Amino acid sequence: MVKKTLAWGALALVSACATAPQRVEPVPLPALAWGDDSHATQLLVLNRVSFGPNPASLKEIEALGTGAYLARQLRPAAEPRLPPEVQATIDSMTISKRSMVDLASELERRQRDFRNLPPGEMKGERQAYQQELTRLAREAATRMLLRALYSPEQLQEEMTWFWMNHFSVFLGKANVRVLVGDYEERAIRPHALGRFGELLGAVAHHPAMLVYLDNARNAVGRVNENYARELMELHTLGVKGGYTQGDVQELARVLTGFHVREGEFHFFPRRHDFGQKTLLGRPIRNSGERELGEALELLASHPSTSRFVSRKLAMHFVADDPPEALVERMARAFRASEGDIALTLRAMFESPEFRASLGGKFKDPLHYMVSAVRFAADDQVIPREGVERMINALAGMGQPLYGRPTPDGYPLTRTEWTSPGQLATRFEVARGVGYRRAGRLSDELPMPLSDTTRQTLSKASDPREWNLLLLSSPEFMSR
Amino acid sequence: MKRRAFLLSPLALSSVRLFAAPSTSTRFLLVFLRGGYDAANVLIPHSSEFYFQVRPNIAVPREAVLKLDSDWALHPALRESIYPMWLRGEAAFVPFAGSHDLSRSHFESQDTIELGQGPGSARGYDSGFMGRLAAVLGASRPIAFTNHMPLAFRGPTPEGAKPVANVALGGAGLRPAAVDARQSTLIAEMYRDTKLGSPVSEGFAMRESVMRELGAEMEAAGRNAINARGFELQARRIAKLMQGEYNLGFVDVGGWDTHVGEGGQTGQLATRLEELGRGLSALADGMGSAWRDTVVVVLSEFGRAFRENGNRGTDHGHGSVYWVLGGAVKGQRIAGEQVRVSHGTLFQDRDYPVLNEYRELLAGLFARAYGLDAAQLARVFPSVSPKDVALL
Repeated sequence: MVKKTLAWGALALVSACATAPQRVEPVPLPALAWGDDSHATQLLVLNRVSFGPNPASLKEIEALGTGAYLARQLRPAAEPRLPPEVQATIDSMTISKRSMVDLASELERRQRDFRNLPPGEMKGERQAYQQELTRLAREAATRMLLRALYSPEQLQEEMTWFWMNHFSVFLGKANVRVLVGDYEERAIRPHALGRFGELLGAVAHHPAMLVYLDNARNAVGRVNENYARELMELHTLGVKGGYTQGDVQELARVLTGFHVREGEFHFFPRRHDFGQKTLLGRPIRNSGERELGEALELLASHPSTSRFVSRKLAMHFVADDPPEALVERMARAFRASEGDIALTLRAMFESPEFRASLGGKFKDPLHYMVSAVRFAADDQVIPREGVERMINALAGMGQPLYGRPTPDGYPLTRTEWTSPGQLATRFEVARGVGYRRAGRLSDELPMPLSDTTRQTLSKASDPREWNLLLLSSPEFMSR
Repeated sequence: MKRRAFLLSPLALSSVRLFAAPSTSTRFLLVFLRGGYDAANVLIPHSSEFYFQVRPNIAVPREAVLKLDSDWALHPALRESIYPMWLRGEAAFVPFAGSHDLSRSHFESQDTIELGQGPGSARGYDSGFMGRLAAVLGASRPIAFTNHMPLAFRGPTPEGAKPVANVALGGAGLRPAAVDARQSTLIAEMYRDTKLGSPVSEGFAMRESVMRELGAEMEAAGRNAINARGFELQARRIAKLMQGEYNLGFVDVGGWDTHVGEGGQTGQLATRLEELGRGLSALADGMGSAWRDTVVVVLSEFGRAFRENGNRGTDHGHGSVYWVLGGAVKGQRIAGEQVRVSHGTLFQDRDYPVLNEYRELLAGLFARAYGLDAAQLARVFPSVSPKDVALL
């Protein structure tokens, strides 16, 4: 049991959040089986596995070949090589210089202080406090977008976003705005292509999740089921994955005492329910803090989880309604590798279903926005205000970063992003991006332009209008 | 003739109006409270000792509630908004309402309600009940006041009809368009022969009509001339659009998942309720004379557990309370099947039971509001026997 637990990794992370994640250069994978190195296919592959092709990524995939490029993306460098000015921007952020615990405890102190002030003075202090929380969350959003725009480790950024969405938290809740940057940086990103069990463990011990889903309030005699339910419904087994209301209650008891104080995770034995528990028909053997690792191990290694996670990956990378055979194959790879996310993705990338699906997904607002800027910026670093505009545009299109109020994350399917109102807003964004480029953008998109699109483009009255129309074209919406 | 038909019809309620074509003067707005609002603290069973026993920290005190009858009372946060509507006879409540979905999952239960397909057959995500209603009504102009198209409005656009419009009316998203009319036409051209042809052109058309109806107000809002915020601002804008072009609407309001620190007479839930009430009252006001033909249904995916939890909040439960508001409503009534609220009547010793299934309830309302016949109702809610609670 112990050996297996360590293999899946859920238990290994029990108190890992107190220390910086270890960054070790990964063992490289052999090139994936991928015969087609044509320029057209490489464009399509980049368009699917990254935030959109740009000159730098094209050069890399051409030099390595598609199979080796994908292998390298699956085992990213511990630290991506960002353009120096981008790295400097990130380094200068408060969230890079100060730890979450430091920031959160200072802000909690401020909050305690202004609560004692007379109402007149309190208002200003409260406002300043709120503005600081918002500023820190915007730093995190800026860092996320800068990496999506410029990191050569595109798949890692893609998967960081995927898991942030899978283990979604909402910045409108309590002080999540202070916590979300660290959550992304230390709970999600280091494990984005690692072990699912370790990822699950890191999430379950991070203040952002514990605060967001109320587990910081979950204690013996005052049980709160919120996190326990979503942990099974949304994070592991899926709603039809074979658990009952009784299992929710038992897992909630396991989770008692997993607490947050001053922005730091603590296990408080006095808040924990030490009674016997049974989860999914199995008695929990450990006691106290170690119960959770055992429970997460049970969930991470459950067959329903392998299918639920594989299906979701395939929904993002292959099709809104992915073929059952592919999901099964991925789920087998997931189980055989004890939850190795990279190896599960490899099984998917090597499948004929993946190849046949290229270009067939509709971009959500984030992928639309970032791919448009990557395409239009032509490897140039855009100014900080440009990133600010992107953050606002995402909110306007209905997909603000860390802004999904509900824990299910943003939908991965086309129909959720093609309502009349969303499309109208998307064309406004196309105008914003297209008009900022003085010259005419290249008409070489991953999806070849239709005759209708070409005819429309020929009616453009100037290069900027050409850019607007190109970025508004049906072809640019596909990935 | 009318009377005779009424007596003979097996579905008496469907022949309140005798026209084959559905009535179209009716304006219907569905307000979806996402998160499962705590119905028991909104329509309060003030005659139940059990209520006060099991909610030691969050029960609204007897002396603070707004009594509606000998058993039920309203939360005092609705004193200035919904309570006056009740007194005018424009508000009714249906307790013990909801779906038979037992997942207690927000997402499952919301999907169940919005799709309205009922148990049994495999769920299809391509057809929601508001979408089917729009199709049955034919000449309707449906609109979702949301950024995402809600499941409720999913469904094929009938021949010759316009697709469902959508626009998020809260705050920042709404700005005058920079893409000009010529460019809109060019863009629409590129999509004409694609699956997105119709939503793309509807998107441009909707922008135009929103600017027409709301342009002056948006300009004023930009100069801070309007104080309304949050849902009230949205509701005023909804009224403008539903008074004019659109007659079938959907809006959702979040923030009801009160697991922790729900509050009683004041606090989290009271604050949300006050804002909701103020918005609905602004809507009634803004609709002007069209309020006479307006029906607003307020519902949520489930009720919450009847006992408070360890965090002075409430967890996911089952039966809820639906609100029916509007100038056309025969209000001042607590409608539908009811039981006394006590320990013994809780469902699974935990929640309100569902005695008024929401599809039967809505089918009954739609029958009266639009004069739909049995076949038309069956297209909206297949194999459902409409329940007529005579609120219209």
